[in-house]
Amino acid sequence: MTILEKTESLVGRTVERIEDAGLLTGRGRYIDDLPVRQDTAHLAILRSPHGHAEIRTIDTTAALALPGVFAVLTGEDVARLTRSMTVGVKANVECWPMARDRVRYVGEPVALVVAENRYVAEDALDLIEVEYETLAAVIDPEKALAANAPVLHPSLETNLINERSFRYGDPEAAFEAAAHRISIRIAYPRNSCTPIETYGVIAEYDPGEDAYDVTANFQGPFSIHAVISRALNVPGNRMRLRTPPDSGGSFGIKQGVFPYVILAAVAARVAGRPVKWIEDRLEHLTASVSATNRVTTLEAAVTANGRITALSWDQLEDCGAHLRAPEPATLYRMHGNMTGAYAIENVAIRNRVVLTNKTPTGLNRGFGGPQIYLALERLVHKIADELGLDRLDVIRRNLVPADAFPYRTATGGLLDSGDYQAALDRACAEGGLEALRQRRDSARAEGRLYGIGYAAVVEPSVSNMGYITTVLTPDERAKAGPKNGAQAVATVAIDPLGSVTVKVASVPQGQGHRTVLAQVVAERLGLPMQAVYVNTELDTSRDAWSIASGNYASRFAPAVAGAAALAADRIRRRLAAIAAGQLNVTADRVDFKAGKLVDRDNPDNAVSFGRVAAASHWAPGTLPDGTDQTIRETVFWTPEQLQAPTAADGINSSLCHGFIFDFCGVEIDRATGQVRIDSYVTMHDCGRILHPGMVEGQVRGGFAQAVGAALYEEYAYGSDGSFLTGTLADYLIPTVMETPEPVILHHETPSPFTPLGAKGVGEGNCMSTPVCIANAVADALGVEDIRLPLSPSRVSEWLYGEERPPSKPQNAIPVATGASGQRMLTGSGSADVAATRGAVWAMLLDPNTLKAIIPGAHEVRKVTDTHFRAEVTLGIGPVKGRYRADIRLSDMVEPEAVTLSGGTEGALGSGRGMGRITLADTATGTRIAYRYEAAIGGKVASVGGRLLDGAARVVIGQFFQALARHAGGGTPRSVGFLQRLSALFRRRR
Amino acid sequence: MPRMNAARKHPVEFTLNGRTVRAEVENRMLLSDLLRHEIGLTGTHVGCEHGVCGACTVQIDGRPARACLTLAQQVRGSDVRTVEALAPDPAVLSPLQAAFRRHHGLQCGFCTPGILMSLDALLRERPDADREDIREHLSGHLCRCTGYATIVEAALAAAEEQRKEETTNA
Repeated sequence: MTILEKTESLVGRTVERIEDAGLLTGRGRYIDDLPVRQDTAHLAILRSPHGHAEIRTIDTTAALALPGVFAVLTGEDVARLTRSMTVGVKANVECWPMARDRVRYVGEPVALVVAENRYVAEDALDLIEVEYETLAAVIDPEKALAANAPVLHPSLETNLINERSFRYGDPEAAFEAAAHRISIRIAYPRNSCTPIETYGVIAEYDPGEDAYDVTANFQGPFSIHAVISRALNVPGNRMRLRTPPDSGGSFGIKQGVFPYVILAAVAARVAGRPVKWIEDRLEHLTASVSATNRVTTLEAAVTANGRITALSWDQLEDCGAHLRAPEPATLYRMHGNMTGAYAIENVAIRNRVVLTNKTPTGLNRGFGGPQIYLALERLVHKIADELGLDRLDVIRRNLVPADAFPYRTATGGLLDSGDYQAALDRACAEGGLEALRQRRDSARAEGRLYGIGYAAVVEPSVSNMGYITTVLTPDERAKAGPKNGAQAVATVAIDPLGSVTVKVASVPQGQGHRTVLAQVVAERLGLPMQAVYVNTELDTSRDAWSIASGNYASRFAPAVAGAAALAADRIRRRLAAIAAGQLNVTADRVDFKAGKLVDRDNPDNAVSFGRVAAASHWAPGTLPDGTDQTIRETVFWTPEQLQAPTAADGINSSLCHGFIFDFCGVEIDRATGQVRIDSYVTMHDCGRILHPGMVEGQVRGGFAQAVGAALYEEYAYGSDGSFLTGTLADYLIPTVMETPEPVILHHETPSPFTPLGAKGVGEGNCMSTPVCIANAVADALGVEDIRLPLSPSRVSEWLYGEERPPSKPQNAIPVATGASGQRMLTGSGSADVAATRGAVWAMLLDPNTLKAIIPGAHEVRKVTDTHFRAEVTLGIGPVKGRYRADIRLSDMVEPEAVTLSGGTEGALGSGRGMGRITLADTATGTRIAYRYEAAIGGKVASVGGRLLDGAARVVIGQFFQALARHAGGGTPRSVGFLQRLSALFRRRR
Repeated sequence: MPRMNAARKHPVEFTLNGRTVRAEVENRMLLSDLLRHEIGLTGTHVGCEHGVCGACTVQIDGRPARACLTLAQQVRGSDVRTVEALAPDPAVLSPLQAAFRRHHGLQCGFCTPGILMSLDALLRERPDADREDIREHLSGHLCRCTGYATIVEAALAAAEEQRKEETTNA
């Protein structure tokens, strides 16, 4: 209590965080750290290795028989105890947390095991046998719309799950009258902010009350609670959802844990004991949520001097294999601010949502922002270039004027406050734009590739819970009833000793909410910060909450901290009334200072805070008439500006709108294509700043993730649906070495709509930075068709064109890319073995011999005389995995020839192939000749062809060496045929 | 090292944060799992289990190591230190920890224990570590919250403080 003298100006100061001492000493309490009941079992999930396949059979017998296994559930088992998850649009589809008859993305849950520990649970996964019939997959959202595209959901008869068109103002007339029509077509890739802590769930079921009790590192929005309760078929009060005290980051992603809440809850019910699941990183990369990928065509009607009079958006949103709540929210979150920072009166929008064989999408920092600004801010650059105008002038000319706030956008948004021109001018002056231009000019004079990019964006925060209903038609909305608002909740409580506790439903994921709330409430009550205790754990059975609760849409500072201030003010007014009687003054003369309530005009006339605060507990009869208790005050605050969509589809999708203006200089290495960010300036108007250190932390953190999205990160898929970035060695997150230091500037215009004048700040750079860097790279290279991420290989293509095949063909086994992204392997060879044909024949049909000679084989089982199953572990290059092979023999001419055909699959890929083996007598024994053709898909197919072929030859060679040894000597001539064949089947991962 | 088999548990004994610990573990058990789930020291976090993110970094015989890539049996007889050992007293932060708090070198705190263990080893071995040394050592860690700048500043401040203290003590 040493900083009493500072208590009056706590808000706005960079105080040390309350959270840090525990986190720095290993005393954080993340979900995997929490104590659990002693009989808690562990859950592991078997996931689809295919992007698209029918599930023929699932055999769980062996898994169930493994000691330590309590339960094994398939999709049908889960479906029996649940209902399909709610889908946010009117469409004839179901949405299950575990696949039933068909898998639609790599990583989709297919079965789960509950066992005594994670090790045993994962052992049991290996014992589940699933037969798939693979289907053609569709990955590209545009191809998914083609008439002959594979349809993911037969009940829907198409992959286009939703389409809506909107019209605001008179866009047709504006385009008709325009001096220029300029358009751009651009695709935003899939990426994810990938928190370092993965998903986690602990679930329990009480059969007596038919009630679930689940702890999950879920981040909200708690509208999802309704989805979970419905899916579990219980009333909301039988679905207790709690969050742990600490969470290891989220950035939107942990919204996507909810299907696993359902799975773990059902698993606990079936297993009859609590169940715990901690996702691993490979699961997270493959199957947790990400940003949507989107293909956008954006056209502008432009006057001769660069003023934009209309925009026409055509957005094709790819939400993956299922439309999972709250999607298609990514597409509608920005609906009120589709004109960005600009005053554009006329807007046409066509929004289409398509399903593809990729993981379902969800919340990701920036939510919808990076997708629209990549198109809008690239287009503004292009408009300036085509008209021969200065790019910055075009931005300036179109900005919403400073005297227009609050400004109603064409699409219904209400921009709360700002002075965009002043912020931009200050950024240019204080950020050193002129010096940067000179730097560019001198670099170019030396022949270097250097470019400057700009981006001006509006950063929305505090989402209107009704914006997603813009996806419904006005008629559908009228039937469903209006949805709007965004309830923020905060409670201030005083205990019998007069100390203050704050409780909010904000579910922080590392931002420091506890610290800011202590600042806000302590300041209002005249207490030192340390005197206020803040609890941010949420328990839906005990705490005040609503659907908007949670940590998303940058709502903490503007909404939750504001609600806490309002609750503290209510308590303060009552305390003043109580103290007034004791001090014998009027309530308006009572000041709150340094732990005392004092007479403003006579500071000696004072009473301690604790004494007044405790009166409601110990002597409620002494409270003045008309003054309510001060024990606990809960405020629900929802801003009136957040109205439901209008009949004309106008929607104020967010309460606050920060402004960001960024510019940067990049240099591109001509030899390697690497993009280096030379300088980055980011100007923010986030309203009133409550804690400058945390605001800077939010800006820097968002910026670093945006650098990743711009330069390195993509959830990449092969065209057969295989997932190509399944480890952190493939999905490249910037380290300290790749993260430059931005110059951060602020221009504060407090929001008139929030209690503290604050706006959100957490997501802005995820919206502005990718396009700012893209614009700079476009400037450096003079390339219009920019695609993210701007990896060296992609940039090199723009520099040098696509890599050509070597002029001299190599003598390698022919390798060609097969249909639908598969890699074809073909080859032939022979080997000599010192055994008779009959003996070799017998060996090749004997599982025990095969097990001994197949490289990496754990088990070879003879299903019938002509059908074998094998389990093998093989590594090719960096990719080591376990595969299950299914081999059938046909066209058998004993002991001369046999055809092997079959398939293999594992987490890292799959393959199908066929090979013919012939046996011929030689002087010393038998010559085995073979021919094979195999198609390999999945992650393994992304391994370089030379490596794949080389590895294939090595494995085949090992097989024949082993066969020769087994046959009692002899020399394999080249690569064994049968071995290769069987090895190949195994190898086609 | 004695021959082990997968069918049963085997004893392992080592020094953990200055105290001898004994445990019976399967030979496949990871050090990270032993620390967290058998011994109950949950300060060491698991972020990727394939050695990239660095969250699980501990010190084995003074050197930073990934606990998720280390089998529990490999630390037989070793001296293992985790984040729980850094503070001189439960209520007092070490200079490095205090610098992280002062400079906002953490947000969610999940990657922080591993980063602290790497930096603690670096500053012990190389008290003169400069910005580039620190950045290089941090490059084995992923942080998604901070953008790293405040971590570097915290480490530089801690190094500076350590040097001052040594000059004062000398």
